[in-house]
Formats: sequence, structure tokens, C-alpha cells
Amino acid sequence: MLSQNYIALIPLLPIISFLFIGLIGRAYFPKFCGLIGTLSLLISFSLSAILAYQFFFEIGKVNGVYQKIIALKYTWLQFTPNIAIDMGILLDPISVMMIVIVTFISLMVHIYSLGYMHGDHRISTYYTFLSLFTFSMLGLVLSSNIFQIYIFWELVGVSSFLLIGYYYDKPSAVAASKKAFIVTRFADLGFLLGILVLSYYSETLDFQTLIQRLTTNGTYLSGIATASFLGASALTWGLMLVFMGGAGKSAMLPFHIWLPDAMEGPTPVSALIHAATMVVAGVYLVARLFPVFVMCPIALDIVAYVGIISSLFAAIIACTQTDIKRVLAYSTMSQIGFMMFALGVSGYAGEEGTGFMASMFHLFTHAIFKALLFLGAGSVIHYVHSNDMKDMGGLRKMMPITHITFLLACLAIAGIPPFAGFFSKEEILTACFHANKFIFGAAVLTAGLTAFYMFRLYFNIFWNKDFKSHHTHEEHHHGEAPKSMLFPLMILAGLSVIAGFVPFNKFVTADGAGFETEFHLGFAIGPVLLAIAAILLAWKMYAKENSMSDNVSNSIKGLYTSAYRKFYFDEIYLFITQKILFNLIGRPAAWVDKNIFDGLMNLIASITETVSGSIKTYQSGKAQDYAIYFFAGTLGFVLLFIYLWI
Amino acid sequence: MNTDFFILMKSEMSLTLMIFILLILKVWDEIKDNTTWLYLVNFMLLLNFAIGFMFNGDGSLFNGMFQNSPTLALEKNILNFGTLIISLLAFDWLKSHKHVPEFFMLLLSTLLGMFFMMSSGNLLMFYLGLELASIPLAALANFDLEKTKSSEAAVKMILLSAFSSCIMLFGISFLYGCTGTLNFAELPSLLGSGHLQILSLILIFIGFAFKLSSVPFHLWTADVYEGAPVTVTSYLSVISKAAIAFVFISTLSPLFINLQSMWYNILFLSIILTITVGNLFAIRQDNIKRFLAFSSIAQAGYILLGLSAGNQMGSTAIIYFLLVYLLSNLGAFGVIGLVSALADKENISDYKGFYKTNPMLSWVLAISLFSLAGVPPTAGFFGKMFLVTAGASKGNYILVIIASLNMIVSLYYYLRVVKAIFVDPNENPIAKVEGSLSSKVGMIVCMTGVIIVGFASNIYDLINQLTH
Repeated sequence: MLSQNYIALIPLLPIISFLFIGLIGRAYFPKFCGLIGTLSLLISFSLSAILAYQFFFEIGKVNGVYQKIIALKYTWLQFTPNIAIDMGILLDPISVMMIVIVTFISLMVHIYSLGYMHGDHRISTYYTFLSLFTFSMLGLVLSSNIFQIYIFWELVGVSSFLLIGYYYDKPSAVAASKKAFIVTRFADLGFLLGILVLSYYSETLDFQTLIQRLTTNGTYLSGIATASFLGASALTWGLMLVFMGGAGKSAMLPFHIWLPDAMEGPTPVSALIHAATMVVAGVYLVARLFPVFVMCPIALDIVAYVGIISSLFAAIIACTQTDIKRVLAYSTMSQIGFMMFALGVSGYAGEEGTGFMASMFHLFTHAIFKALLFLGAGSVIHYVHSNDMKDMGGLRKMMPITHITFLLACLAIAGIPPFAGFFSKEEILTACFHANKFIFGAAVLTAGLTAFYMFRLYFNIFWNKDFKSHHTHEEHHHGEAPKSMLFPLMILAGLSVIAGFVPFNKFVTADGAGFETEFHLGFAIGPVLLAIAAILLAWKMYAKENSMSDNVSNSIKGLYTSAYRKFYFDEIYLFITQKILFNLIGRPAAWVDKNIFDGLMNLIASITETVSGSIKTYQSGKAQDYAIYFFAGTLGFVLLFIYLWI
Repeated sequence: MNTDFFILMKSEMSLTLMIFILLILKVWDEIKDNTTWLYLVNFMLLLNFAIGFMFNGDGSLFNGMFQNSPTLALEKNILNFGTLIISLLAFDWLKSHKHVPEFFMLLLSTLLGMFFMMSSGNLLMFYLGLELASIPLAALANFDLEKTKSSEAAVKMILLSAFSSCIMLFGISFLYGCTGTLNFAELPSLLGSGHLQILSLILIFIGFAFKLSSVPFHLWTADVYEGAPVTVTSYLSVISKAAIAFVFISTLSPLFINLQSMWYNILFLSIILTITVGNLFAIRQDNIKRFLAFSSIAQAGYILLGLSAGNQMGSTAIIYFLLVYLLSNLGAFGVIGLVSALADKENISDYKGFYKTNPMLSWVLAISLFSLAGVPPTAGFFGKMFLVTAGASKGNYILVIIASLNMIVSLYYYLRVVKAIFVDPNENPIAKVEGSLSSKVGMIVCMTGVIIVGFASNIYDLINQLTH
């Protein structure tokens, strides 16, 4: 096993690079900041890969069960003998898997950005933020303490805010970054309350102790299960509040509104943060506390239903959007919904834990192909200088490599065998089929929609009409993106093909012990046929320029418009915040503050001023006056204390 | 009991020795160069400071006339340290002055007087020390020889000093009349009741209140501070005030232990008056020395607040606060002295745009003012916090609330200066001021102290141990 120091280097390297680039590099050698960041991440990734190998194959398994290993623990703030905030590293199958994904995708994005951001005058700032994000995300997944995860959770939020608002001269980017920050921050309030509830009853902040105390029968569990508030037990409340935080970061209903807008950031950032890593933090959080969630079926049901509804809802919207990054954003939301409801329908031990395994599996494959999709979209945007699919079409001739890799990713997300998405989605569907038929039905429908909107996107970009550039200086475009951008695309495409063959059921399971899954051909064939049918439909509608899509959208005009308008969620939120909250609470509070509190303060200040002005005359500057005051003071003291104050 | 004369009186003897060395060198008249004088004096002061840490003893001499203890030794060290810094900071002012050795002879004489006052075991000895401390100070206030304001300050000071000495002597004679002794060891048990005793307590207290510039006996402060050279002003506001506060802790409170409730009542009234009036006056000042004078009046009120606790925690808090106050106030006076000596500017409005031309000095002044105002994380915050905590230990929350509210007022006027330095625009800011090496060293020591003393909790623990 790697020594502690090496493990600590995995998250520390990005923060070192953050400080180094941010404090020194940015000022003195801005050109090399990208390389420094990339290099530090390469080391970080290599270390995580070695660690993962050792964990899964050499030391992680004791008696056939993967252990939770505390690799590092440093008590930071000790509040009471029981409650302390530690900074530590917890290694278990999910955290090890996550650091590999995070460092790998981040490395790909770092390399890709070398080409994509080339020539941007704030490129060093960009890499500074990227390093900060990577550090925070690694800290988040390695946390051994629920408060530590919260700290890094917020740090991730901050770095996401910084990166969404990277193009700070664009008002829409500024608005989007604010929106993302405020919405997730609001959800994080729930998370914090949840932490407080859980730690109040378990009297600890440490993950392992907390899970152990809340899952074994005893005073802690009975205490939290019997305390009830508004008809639900404290356990349910705690978990629901924690899940609220997770839903915020993972863009689940009703906190999803920030994710599509977050696409205002640079596209590689969307690939890293808003597709592959940060947005799955919510899933990771539920997975981290999964043993506790299992103790509370209501909370799990909430997770499942929020997941499936978000998933279906996002898939419907994705079918109508024309901004390619927004399509991908809704697709991300939909896929995260898959992971969520897979967790929600899962049990704990052995084969009942298929859902958990499938969720983690899907997280893994999704990170790869969704990053690929975003990076591919980035290449297209880089070439076309537009996000709108109406400006695209026929690009397969200009960008053959991007085209092929994008196609592979689409096949993977659509669940066509033998690509990565097929296996993970199949596991999810299997788990749903056994647990909840309603969710299963909705999931199959969503999977079909996924295939449809992905290929709608694909055909619109690469087929349909011929590409007409809007730029006069066409000679600058030599079609394909630079090598630094193509290289990550190809690697990710290769992985999208083979990642599905990783035997996740052996490695990442809820209870740590592996189990056997059987592959049912009969069961798999239905969803696959549905996906193929959806692809064919998309081909029919979008492969050539025709009026069919308009006809379809006209025939379901009401539904289409409301889906295009994202079911008016933004408008509802705006109404609630601006009309109701601002008018009923904000304005009266402002009035009270301005007139009553400020007025009081001003009154005190002016009294002080006046008094100070009027006593100034006593300071006449004449020594004899001073002597008189002195004497009067003496007399006053004597009279006061001798005659009055005894 | 260790009665070794040389060990118990080492601080006093070292000062006396220095005075005589300076006198002989002056008479010998070979050293013509001011810089040499200043380096020589600074070196001797450094030695003197070092001696303070060696051979500590505990005991009394001359039939209890003179006494020494570890707490007193620490207090003397603090004063020695402050004098050293003042001498470092005075470099730029004194290097063109005609009477450098005389200045230091007077300065060291007053310090000697303070030491005797603090170490006295008898009211006569005590009075002697007090006069030795105050008469040369009046001469020092006149040390800007060609300025009439400086002479005015000296005259006011000596007249009012004499007045207050009168009143105190009156009190001392009443005390003698009541008890028949002036010995500190015997007095406390003889005191306890009677209007005459209370009267003598009040009169003696007023003598000290004058020195500490507590309201309503503070009126001399502003004029003297404004007229005197900056170095003398800083000495007056830091060293002389600290010495009086030390006397309060180690002599007066134990002496009147049986009249404690009366003692507390007098303090209560003085604290409220001093803090409030000091602050109200400080708001209106435009001369920066006057401004610091009034702010130091308010600070004296906080010292009295610690004193009102009347316990060991209060004493620790006062000594700690005085150390912090010394560092922050000298930091501020260092900058003001430099500007006054080299650019001849003393008004707050002159400091507008100071940051543009003198960024380092601006930071020194700003940090010092923050520390004086008690803004964390400077040491001033901890100093004030301990004082207020000690004051609260008596359970009189009205007092603590008034003191705390006054801190807000004080924040206003301290920040007013900081605003002038950093924010206010000015067409002709004070030109770049280049201080000498020794004044830079002095400021660096102050700034390091202001930051470190706040964080190094062992300093507080050390003081706490000694006052036990």
C-alpha cells in the first residue's frame, strides 16, 4: 500500500498547483500555468491509479469484503470529547473509484483545455480555478468526517461558481454563476441542518462511527428513530435534509434550474464539473450514507421518486432544446436521475444491493461518455462558434474524428451493446424491475427518450443540412480541432467502448462483498430494441433536412412549448422570489432597517456629536481655569463620597 | 528574605550609573556628534534592559522603605523596554538637537523617580519618587526650546503638577494624622473607618487621577501633549501612565484594602467619566497629538476598569494591557514623530493621501490605531478583552456595558484617521519621509510586538504567574 504521504499527495498536489499558479505563476510565467497544472494532475492521477490497483487487488479485501480504511486522520477542531471535526482520508470502494474518475476526467479536461483555451488571456486564472476545483472535489470524496465533506462541498460550490462565471464580461455568465451558487447554497442549508440532526443523535461527526451507531440497534438508533417531528422521525428528517443538499448539487427537482444555465462556463468546465464529477456529488453523498438510508425506507423512496421524476422530466425537456450544451445538460440531469433512483430502489446486502452497484457503475460509465460528449461538443463549438444546432449540420465531413468519437458516446449513452452505457443501464433496469414496477416503466421510457434526443443531437450536428460557415475568414478553420483536444477525445472514446466490461459487481457494492449477476438476454432485448427504434426515429426526423420535426412539434404544440420552456420552472421561481419574497419580506425589512435602525443609530451619532461639541468649551487653554476645574472636581468628589455615598 | 542591596536595587542603580556616565561625558565634552551620543545612549539603554532580566530578588531594604518583587521587576522591565523604544524612535528628532545628553539625563531621572515610586514601602519615599518623576518631565516638555507652545506646555504642567502634589500631600498628612505611620506594612490594618480616612483616600486618589489624566483632572493633558515634543508626549502617555498604573496595582489597592467599597465607588465614577469624556473629546480633535492625548485618556479609563476588579485577574489584565498599549501607542507615536520631525506636519487633515507616498508608515500607523481601538487580531483586542473580562468579574454589568459601548465610539475616531490615510484624496500629500535605521528598528519591534503578543498566550500566562 502506498504510504500515507503519497495518498495525501493525491488531493494536495492540486492545491499546491492552485497556490503556485495563483500566487506566482499567474504573474511571472502565465504561458506555462496550463502545463504545470496538467503535470501535477498527471502525477495525482498516477498515484490514484496505483492506489486503486492496490486497494482493489491487494489490500482492500479482508475475508472477501472490502474494508473501509482510514488512511489519514488529523483532528482539527475538538469541540467535546465526542464531537470533533477531523481532516482525514477514508478509503473504501466508492471513494477509491471516485478519485480515479475525478483525477482522470480532470486530467483529460486539463489536456483538452490546453487547446481549447489557447490564446485566452486569462488562461492562467482558468487553470488556477481548475486546480482549486480538483482539490475540492478530491477532498470531498475522500472525506472521513461528515463536516469535512460539508467544507469541501462548499469549496466545490465556490470553484464551480468561479468557473461558471469565468467569462465575467458576459452578463449571462455572471447571472448563471450567481444562480448556481444561490440555488445550491439554498439546498446546502438543508444539508447542514441534516448534518446537525444526524450528528445530534449519533453524537459524532465521524462517518464510520455515525454509520455504525445509526445502523446497529441501540440507544442511538432508537433515539433518532423515535424522536419525531411533523409526523416523520428524526432519522427521516435528517436523511431528507441531507438528500436536499445532494439534490441541490446533483440538479434534481426542484433544484435543477441552475444546471442548464451553468453551461455559460467554458465547455471543458462543463465536461468536468457539470457532467462528470461535481454534479454526481449528491449521488456520492447518498451512497456514502447508504447504510443509514437503508434503515429508513421513506427516505429511500423519496430518493427514488425524486430521481425518476427528474430523470423523465429532464429527458422530455432535452428533446426540445436547440442549444447543444443545454441538451447535454438536461441529459446529465436525466442520467443522474438514473443513478439516484437506482440507489432508491436498492437494498443493502448481497444481490439486493444491485441498485447500489448499478448506480455506482452508471456513475462511472456516465462520467466517461458524458465528458466525451461535452468535449466533443466543445470541439464543435470551437469550430462553429455557436451553441445552437440550427447553425450546425453536415459537420461529419469537416471533423471526422470528433464525429466518430461523438457517435460512440451517443451509442454508449443510448445503451446500445456493447458500449459502456448498455451494461450500467441494464443493471439499473434489472434492479428496478425487481423492486418497483412503476419506476421500471418510467425508466424504460426515459431510456428510450435518451436514445432519441441524443441522436437528434447527433444528426443535427453532423448530418442534416450542409454546413455553411458564417465567418468570412474560413481559411483559419482547418476543420478538425488541435491534437491536444483530439487526444482526450480518442482516449475517452476508447474507454466508452470498453468501460462496460469492468466487473463492478465484484468491486463496488453496498456491503463491500461482491456478488454474482447473471445476464438475461431476454430482459435486455426489450430496452435495446426500444433504443434502436428511437434512434431510427431520430434518423428519420433529423438525418436529412425535412419538415417532419416541425410537423411533430406542431401536433403536440402545448406539450412541446411547455417542454421547450422547461415547464416554466424558471418563471415560477422568479415569481416566488421577486414578487412574493421581495415584496412581502424584503421590502418591509429594508424599510425597518433604513428608517428605524439606521435612524436610531444616526440619532445616537448626532447626540454624541452635539455633546462632544458643547463640552469642547471647557478646554479653554488657561492654566488657571484648569486649576479651578481641578479644585471643583476635588470638592465634588469629596462632597459626593463623604456625604452622599456612604 | 534576600536583602542584598545590589540585587534588589539593580534597576535603580543601573539608571543612576547611566545618568552619571552621561553627566561626566558631557562635562568632559569630547563627544561632539549627536549620532554618537544617540548610539551610545541606545546601547546603554539596551544593556539596562538586559540587566533587568538578571539577578532578580524579592525583599525590602532600609527598614521597609524600599521593596522589590518579581512583579515589580517585570513592571520595571516593561518600562525600560518602552524607554528604549522611545529613544530609538526619537533618533530623527534628536540628531539635530543641541542638548542630547541633557535630554537623556532628564528622561532617565524621571524613570528613576518612577522606579522609586513603584518600589517604595513608605509614603514619604513614595512622595519623593513621585516628585523626582514629575519635575524633570516638565523640563522635558519644554525641550523644543524655540517653540512657545512647548514652553506653554511646560508651564501648565509644572503649575498643575504642583497643585495636584499639594492635594496629595494634604491627603498623606491626614493619613498620618489618623494612623501615626506612613509605612505600607503597617497602614492597611490601621485603616478601616472614619470620614477623615475616606477624605485622605479621596485626596490621594485625586493626586494619582491627575497623573493618569482621569476626568475631571485631565484638562492639562491635551495642552501638554500638543505642546511637548512628540517624543516627550509619547513618554508621558505611555511610560508615565504605565508607572502610575503599576503603582495603583502594587501599592494603592493593597494599602486601602479595608476601604474597598469606597475605593470601588470612586473608581466606578471615574471610569465612566474618563472613558466617556475622553472619547467625546477625541472625536473633535484635528491635531493628531491632541487626538492621541484624548484617546489615551479614554484608555486610562479602561485601565481603571481592570483595576476596579480588585483581584489578581485584574492586575494581570492591566499589566498585559499596558504592554500592548505601550507597543501600539509607541508605534503610532513613532510615525507621528517622524512626520513631525521631518515634514513638520501634525494635523489629521495633513495625513490625507499619506498612503500614496508612505505606504509602510501608513501601515504601521493603521495597525497601531487598530490595536488601540481593539480590533482583532491585533494584540489590542486581547488587551481590551482581558480588561473588560476582569471588570465583569465584579458583576457590575452597567460599567462593562458603558465601557463596551465606548469602544464603538473610539473605533469611529481611530478609523477616521485611517480613512484619511488610505481613502481621502489629496493633491499635496506629505512627501516621502525616510526615517533613520534606529527608528525603523523601533517601529519593527512595535509592530512585531502588536502582532505576536496577541497570539503568544504564554506571555499572558507568564504575567499571570508573576502576579500570584
